[in-house]
Amino acid sequence: MDLSWMAWTWPTAAFFAFIALSIMTLGIWEYFSPGGNPRDGIFLINTTRGDRLFISLLGSAFIFLGWLGLMNAELYWPLIIAIFWSVFVFRYV
Amino acid sequence: MNKTVNQKAWFLVLPVLLLVAFNAIIPLMTVVNYSVQETFGDNNFFWAGVLWFEEILRSERFHASLGRQLFFTFSILAIEIPLGVIIALAMPRKGVWVSVCLVLMAMPLLIPWNVVGAMWNIFALPDIGLLGNMLNGMGIDYNFTRQPVAAWATLLAMDVWHWTSLVVLLAYAGLVSIPDAYYQAAKIDGASSWAIFRYIQLPKMKRVLTIAILLRFMDSFNIYTEPFVLTGGGPGNSTTLLSIDLVKIALGQFDLGPAAAMSLIYFLVILLLSWVFYTLMMRNEE
Repeated sequence: MDLSWMAWTWPTAAFFAFIALSIMTLGIWEYFSPGGNPRDGIFLINTTRGDRLFISLLGSAFIFLGWLGLMNAELYWPLIIAIFWSVFVFRYV
Repeated sequence: MNKTVNQKAWFLVLPVLLLVAFNAIIPLMTVVNYSVQETFGDNNFFWAGVLWFEEILRSERFHASLGRQLFFTFSILAIEIPLGVIIALAMPRKGVWVSVCLVLMAMPLLIPWNVVGAMWNIFALPDIGLLGNMLNGMGIDYNFTRQPVAAWATLLAMDVWHWTSLVVLLAYAGLVSIPDAYYQAAKIDGASSWAIFRYIQLPKMKRVLTIAILLRFMDSFNIYTEPFVLTGGGPGNSTTLLSIDLVKIALGQFDLGPAAAMSLIYFLVILLLSWVFYTLMMRNEE
């Protein structure tokens, strides 16, 4: 099957592999510990593990967009901020 | 009552997942792939990294389109949601007029989007259109093909005419589901009309209004056909919303890389605002 029209690159493939891996990890986590561990975090919204992954990914996307729109420095910095953001979300939100 | 935990039920979701994969996930993946490359056609691609994202995020043109899009969306939400609720409250709950009102309300929703645009274009033409001709006859200088304010007023009026019915029907569905006992209890307590609305009708409509706001938000943020047929984005760029600008970049200029980057930013903005709306509205739900 010719998939050249999809214009795959290694970085974008790695990006989607990371997303798929994150969802699969949550699936396995859910299998062993069902219920999604719902809680009211510091933003006073009720979140499950899946919600927290969604907020981490969406927030990370905007961290990168903000960086690309405003700064001229390397992309390692938003990556570090996004990792801190994700840890914060999984720990406190 | 304890819930049965049966993870095998997830396999029932598999057909939907496959369908969504074909019509949404694979095209979205392709857009992501295009957004980091340059192409001149014939399946030849050249790596561009984050260049298109930087270009779009720093472009005045994108900022202006996004501003116009946000203004359009929040304007129609501010008009359609209260107006829809007021009309739903005024509609009869019993008798033959219920069917008449429901059919009348459903009619604008049945008209294809491009037909709505064409209808309003002809209706508002300053020389031969009923609305345009009438306004000019009344001494109001109105020409939506030349005046940005007139173009915006016509665009908003068209969307309100087309989509307020959806809010009315959803709000009405919420209102008729309220049992009479609530109204009887309110009557015994001597509650005012405002108190009935605030403490009985509005809370009972909350879920349907959440759906109405989300649907209208997402639809209006994606709107293309109606403004394209009505004004084509003009006069000048005054009604060029994000979708019209995107099509100009992708199909007019054939800049597929920047168009893909803009699509992704557009998608993320919709995703973020929809999530914020939904979270805020469902915050107090049990």
